[in-house]
Amino acid sequence: MTPLLSVQGVTRHYGAQIGCADVSFDLWPGEVMGIVGESGSGKSTLLACMAGHLAPDSGAVVFDTRADGPKDTVTMSEPERRMLSRTDWAFVHQHARDGLRMGVSAGGNVGERLMAVGARHYGDIRGKAVDWLERVEIAATRIDDRPTTFSGGMQQRLQIARNLVTGPRLVFMDEPTGGLDVSVQARLLDLLRGLVRDMGLSAIIVTHDLAVVRLLADRLMVMKDGRVVEAGLTDQVLDDPQHAYTQLLVSSVLQV
Amino acid sequence: MTDDTYNFAYLDEQTKRMIRRAILKGLAIPGYQVPFASREMPMPYGWGTGGVQVSAAVMTPEDRFKVIDQGADDTTNAVSIRSFFQRTAGVATTTTTAEATVIQTRHRIPEAPLTEGQILVYQVPIPEPLRFLEPRESETRKMHSLEEYGLMHVKLYEDISRHGHIATSYAYPVKVEGRYVMDPSPIPKFDNPKLSDCPAIQLFGAGREQRIYALPPYTRVVSLDFEDHPFEPSKADHPCGLCGAEDSYLDEVIVDDAGGRIFVCSDTDHCEGRQAAGHRGKDAA
Repeated sequence: MTPLLSVQGVTRHYGAQIGCADVSFDLWPGEVMGIVGESGSGKSTLLACMAGHLAPDSGAVVFDTRADGPKDTVTMSEPERRMLSRTDWAFVHQHARDGLRMGVSAGGNVGERLMAVGARHYGDIRGKAVDWLERVEIAATRIDDRPTTFSGGMQQRLQIARNLVTGPRLVFMDEPTGGLDVSVQARLLDLLRGLVRDMGLSAIIVTHDLAVVRLLADRLMVMKDGRVVEAGLTDQVLDDPQHAYTQLLVSSVLQV
Repeated sequence: MTDDTYNFAYLDEQTKRMIRRAILKGLAIPGYQVPFASREMPMPYGWGTGGVQVSAAVMTPEDRFKVIDQGADDTTNAVSIRSFFQRTAGVATTTTTAEATVIQTRHRIPEAPLTEGQILVYQVPIPEPLRFLEPRESETRKMHSLEEYGLMHVKLYEDISRHGHIATSYAYPVKVEGRYVMDPSPIPKFDNPKLSDCPAIQLFGAGREQRIYALPPYTRVVSLDFEDHPFEPSKADHPCGLCGAEDSYLDEVIVDDAGGRIFVCSDTDHCEGRQAAGHRGKDAA
């Protein structure tokens, strides 16, 4: 079996500062990988490098494409990479506003990726949009409303629908529950877990919320100062942390 | 009344060469927006500075020049641009479409079919069809170069979801030769079919935005649409009140304070020609 995504020695500097250094791992089909660490530990830099938003200084990000098998997305041509990010990849931003078109109705937001890959039948696009809004628990009657009229949790769910409508195989999530209150977080996590299991998605979730990875991730990577300090099965890392920083991180969680 | 202190057609020869190079590049890549060093012209932006520069660059002393503004030869914009070139170039002018060799137009294509050898110059306010969907110019250029036009359909989708049909009625986006998506300038979508397979050269000049683009003769131009909501050129459902024409684009004109209105051809030359040939509408005096 080939890994869906193989990250090999990805390094990114910001001038003399290290963004992330020498990160390598394999992501297998259907697997959810969590990346945790404090602010400034290089999680988001790593995610941006993997998703093609940033060019790494060195290293390779090999994705198992449908057509040509494993290909390095760092060296592939820009049209190819952008095609991937419209079809097989999805990117869920922390702030829904970054991932949505706020001036376009909910239906248009969901339909955009379909139209970007060539859908030209209004009725079909709208049917799919209704279907996806229902799957993320947004009433179909809101389809023609703009996201500006939605609550934060609804915007985040809309962003997820918009990303998953083309049936991607790999989802990048940057703090998907950040900025939401806990009850909304719980519903969103429940929804995400259902979608990931039903669709057999692979996902990479960057977060500083250990509860999120406990619930969603199969495997966990802990980052500090741009480097991976510990990696392993989620339960193993969280229940028996080996590295001093991981121990600190786990013990810092407030117990209610 | 030629003003000899100006170079022929106002612009200096080097500037005209620069504009001609942009025009040639535009003709070589139909629908592609070519940047050019737009000059200050003795008229405000929005009055057709782009069109005037393109007209000046293609004009020869033997040309016969026509200017239309929303189809009319006798509105302020048309009259002032016509007299501008009369003064600075001394070219012959006309209001008859068939006699003109260079036609500068604001927001219409003449009703009379154009022929080989004619040049139609459009005044363009905003050349970028994706502008109101994607504000970053760096991004829209990339979208053009990578042929990523899904967003254009999002606009049409929004139209249908809000109005039940594609409500965009002017500046209706088109695809040129299956490659570039182009803003045809704010012509009514009624005129869109005339863009395609046209024997005349069509040049588009945007002065403030510093872009020139072009359609060489007999270029295939397709209006964007959905399979279940096909493109439909539309016009007011009336005959012309003055000449009775059923097939021309109409302006609605309010004629009194009591809500009285008549529909007349927006192309004044077309309407006058038909009236001279004896056609009469119901509102003709």
